[in-house]
Amino acid sequence: MNLSDLINHSSEWLRGTGPNSDIVISSRIRLARNLDKTPFPHWANKKQAENTLSLIKEAVGKVNILKDTAILILADVDSLDKQFLVERHIMSREHAQKPNSKAVVVDQDEILSIMINEEDHIRCQVMQSGFNLFEAWNIISKIDDALAKELSFAFLDDWGYLTACPTNTGTGMRGSVMLHLPALVVTRQISRILAAISKLSFTTRGLYGEGTEATGNFFQISNQVSLGQAEMEVIEGINSLIRQIIDQENQARGVLMAQSKAMLEDRINRSFGILKSARIISSQETLELLSMVRLGSDLGIIKDIDRSRINELFIITQPAHLQKIENKRLSAQERDIKRAEIIRSKLQI
Amino acid sequence: MLCDICKKNQATVHLTEIVDDQMTELHLCEVCARQKSAAMEQQFGLSELLAGLADFEKPAEDKEAASIKCPSCGLTYADFKKLGRLGCSQCYTAFKKYLGPLLRKIHGSSLHFGKSPYKASPVTKSSGKKDDIGDLRVKLQRAIDSEAFEEAAKIRDKIKELENKQTQGISKEKDSNELK
Repeated sequence: MNLSDLINHSSEWLRGTGPNSDIVISSRIRLARNLDKTPFPHWANKKQAENTLSLIKEAVGKVNILKDTAILILADVDSLDKQFLVERHIMSREHAQKPNSKAVVVDQDEILSIMINEEDHIRCQVMQSGFNLFEAWNIISKIDDALAKELSFAFLDDWGYLTACPTNTGTGMRGSVMLHLPALVVTRQISRILAAISKLSFTTRGLYGEGTEATGNFFQISNQVSLGQAEMEVIEGINSLIRQIIDQENQARGVLMAQSKAMLEDRINRSFGILKSARIISSQETLELLSMVRLGSDLGIIKDIDRSRINELFIITQPAHLQKIENKRLSAQERDIKRAEIIRSKLQI
Repeated sequence: MLCDICKKNQATVHLTEIVDDQMTELHLCEVCARQKSAAMEQQFGLSELLAGLADFEKPAEDKEAASIKCPSCGLTYADFKKLGRLGCSQCYTAFKKYLGPLLRKIHGSSLHFGKSPYKASPVTKSSGKKDDIGDLRVKLQRAIDSEAFEEAAKIRDKIKELENKQTQGISKEKDSNELK
């Protein structure tokens, strides 16, 4: 598989399909696994880290359900391509830094990715479009079982899977759901909801995971606890929380449509207007305006543009994607011009 | 110069960020700069938080723990507190006495429920409320077997609560039947 093939093809998490896909962008499950009696990546020397990498590579090669995946050795991937993979949510920002003895396994549909030698030896994640954590779990659990047959995972009966950081010990599982909540932001209810979520031992992050701010009205909500609850219990807990947030967002959308329709239509159409005519635009402004257009499309205020095209714009307007499309390095100013050009061409009806 | 984020206020804070070898300059107003720095602090919070949690009440205990070394990878408990990361899977055994309370502080539990590499994984089941008590009884037995008595007491209370609810439910049903 060639990295450039990915660009012409939409990531699973941006397909815009699946249950509740107007509000839920994607569902993701990740599992942290480590090899027994082997230093964790941050504590391993070069030889040990290389040895871990080759053991896991070999295991991945033997697993039948992973036969259509590609393994990218990060030392051989240039920095633009690494950023491209981060923008596509195939790997974390942390993984892109200091690439020695690291790799990432990815499948053609970008449903699955396995980071090797990130914070843990194995960080496996499965993405699904829309609100679908159970399906993501069923897929990832099978992959995990298959890898467990090839590798000896660090595990204790009392404490479960052992991870580099004790915040992941136990199931090693984190379930995350990416939500688009523009109406809760516009009606200023979001801070109340986020405060309530943090009290329930869930965390909220931005579009790009740990340490990123919520931009473009996107919020990623995940469980914090990994010990004391079985995977299914954790997933059911996230699901019931997400269902409540979806209800609240729907209510807020209803209130806006009933009470401030003119204001809402104005804001959405102005956003659409700027995107269709701007000549220079930053990624931050793009995210904010696209968020409004997406809401407009969900509410039927903007017609003729389907969700998957808007979703596609969220990703192809990111810095590394723009440079991959142009096939050369671009300065920030050049990117802002190119971004505006691509948006105009994609939004022409 | 106007603030790069809000584009409304005068930029008074100038910030240089280096991400992936790429330098970007940000010119921010005070309000946006404060929000940005709050976001950055969050990023640094975890390891400090862990170190705080891993502290002991008595300084003597703290000193004793700090010198313990994992025989397999050489990481000391003091290293762990500094890094917020363990060195290898054997560290869990080497620091067992100290990690148990830490795990309880982080997760509210120090007993694993869920899949294991030695047996087949559970498949999705529809959320059937009937099974809840059964699941809890299994949990209770595991907690007792592992001598996690605090945990066991919590689970026992939960079972009682559910059982009470069920009996109340049944008696209410009866009542309403009798009224008919």
